[in-house]
Amino acid sequence: MSGALTIRNSVVFVLLAALALLPLYVGLGGNIFVLTLFTRIVILAMAAVSLNLILGYGGMMSFGHAAYLGIGGYAVGILAHEGIYSGFAQWPVALFASALFALVIGALSLRTRGVYFIMITLAFAQMAYYIVAGLARYGGDDGLTIYKRSQFFEPVNLSNKVQFYYLCLTLLFGATYLVYRLVNSRFGMVIQGARSNELRMRAIGFPTYRYRLVCFVIAGTLCGLAGALLGNHTDFVSPSMMYWTRSGDLIIMVVLGGMGSVVGPLIGAVALLVLEELLSGITEYWQIILGPLLLLVVLFARGGIDGLLAKAGAKGQP
Amino acid sequence: MSEPLLQVENLAKRFDGIVATDDLALTVAAGELHAIIGPNGAGKTTLISQLGGQLTPDSGHIRFDGHDITALPMYRRSRLGLARSFQITSLFLDLSVLDNVALAVQAHTGHSFRFWRNARAEAELREPARAALERVGLGARADLPASVLSHGEHRLIELAMALVGNPRMLLLDEPMAGLGPEESARMVEMLRALKKELTILLIEHDMEAVFALADRITVLVYGRVIATGAPAEIRSNAAVREAYLGEAEAEGTGHG
Repeated sequence: MSGALTIRNSVVFVLLAALALLPLYVGLGGNIFVLTLFTRIVILAMAAVSLNLILGYGGMMSFGHAAYLGIGGYAVGILAHEGIYSGFAQWPVALFASALFALVIGALSLRTRGVYFIMITLAFAQMAYYIVAGLARYGGDDGLTIYKRSQFFEPVNLSNKVQFYYLCLTLLFGATYLVYRLVNSRFGMVIQGARSNELRMRAIGFPTYRYRLVCFVIAGTLCGLAGALLGNHTDFVSPSMMYWTRSGDLIIMVVLGGMGSVVGPLIGAVALLVLEELLSGITEYWQIILGPLLLLVVLFARGGIDGLLAKAGAKGQP
Repeated sequence: MSEPLLQVENLAKRFDGIVATDDLALTVAAGELHAIIGPNGAGKTTLISQLGGQLTPDSGHIRFDGHDITALPMYRRSRLGLARSFQITSLFLDLSVLDNVALAVQAHTGHSFRFWRNARAEAELREPARAALERVGLGARADLPASVLSHGEHRLIELAMALVGNPRMLLLDEPMAGLGPEESARMVEMLRALKKELTILLIEHDMEAVFALADRITVLVYGRVIATGAPAEIRSNAAVREAYLGEAEAEGTGHG
């Protein structure tokens, strides 16, 4: 990422600034619903950022990434249900459970390639979905209401909408920066090399499996954190959080925004969810409009929106 | 004479009843350039894949520098100093030329569980990579994406990547394949310089190059060694002439 004033950098800057200043607009009498919508967008953007680490940079087409949203959410929900409200207990459990799940899934699925990898990650996520749906004590199919959000020290109060929004936004920026550092480190070079040509990576002396596995676990853990946020945001967790269509949504965000671009998934999440919101206000058949739009992006903009912006900038140069 | 650097005994590999390597024995002394020739389907690539570790032999032994490497995975062999280049160019096409070679450097500098520092700014990785690219004459092309370079240049990147680990032995699978006459001549010069520094096992169809470079030549037909010796011996070996050189010459005149 260069510091030059290109079209792309300007758009990214405006987007980040808008996200940071959003509560101000709401405070000045804007619709509070906008803040709720954008809190959700920011949380799902974080999940997309984590997916981008394995999908965009690692070439690991996981079709079960929403499972971590559910695991993170249920860690908060189940502990709250049992009377443990402290975020210092809930959140580490959310992270640890997601990491453990990713470790097991990754250890098995990373031995496969291509379609098999897609199917096996999908199968594990659906397995998690049905297990959670069968937890009668925690609401089963109907889900579980969270009556009290995660408790931290004073004056942090997650029930305050503005505070909670800024917490989510800070964590999103943090996650994005973390991914940026990761993918440019030695570790990231190995991950990208393995995406590009894994056989060759092994031939020059990299045991690629363990690097890909660690990458898979980092991505799962980050998404688990997004899950803990999502549970707090909706005050409710249900198995549908981890249904496979949700995993599909996350993939769409990454592809739409730009695979293998650090800010791509953030752009993709905002674009997809805002579009969804606007279109569904116009017509109840909004998917008929959204579908072809996505098709156009996939067909004509291989690098997603971020790729388009970069190209537009390059054309503007002499 | 001391123990050879590479020693292969009773090596065998079959695919669905086709014998690709048949009770093969081969020794390569330290410092020699040993060429393997043979008609198409003689099992040359199968052999080099077993030496490099992409394929596991059905039986037999491979010893390298005193270690039994028959069952070692690829990355362990490469760490022992056995580097391989591929017949079909096998690069990281979506990364830059320098990234390609820097990854090869990185493979030799300990584990890569380093998550924070910018690897593209590390002199420990970039400088040896640049030096290797200079050595093969690609210094000026270092920052381009690997995908935009020509086929001949790709072969040179391959060579640069094999060189950065300071290997003791190079396994080269048809480095001249698909090169034009000028690029071929450049590659021959490069190999002539390299053979002063390391041991090379070369598989090559270009007979002119093989006879110009090799200290010893092994001729493979249907997975078996039919002759091994100095270029002059191979040239005059009746069985070789019949099995291979005759065919090559006929081919040669056909093309000429």
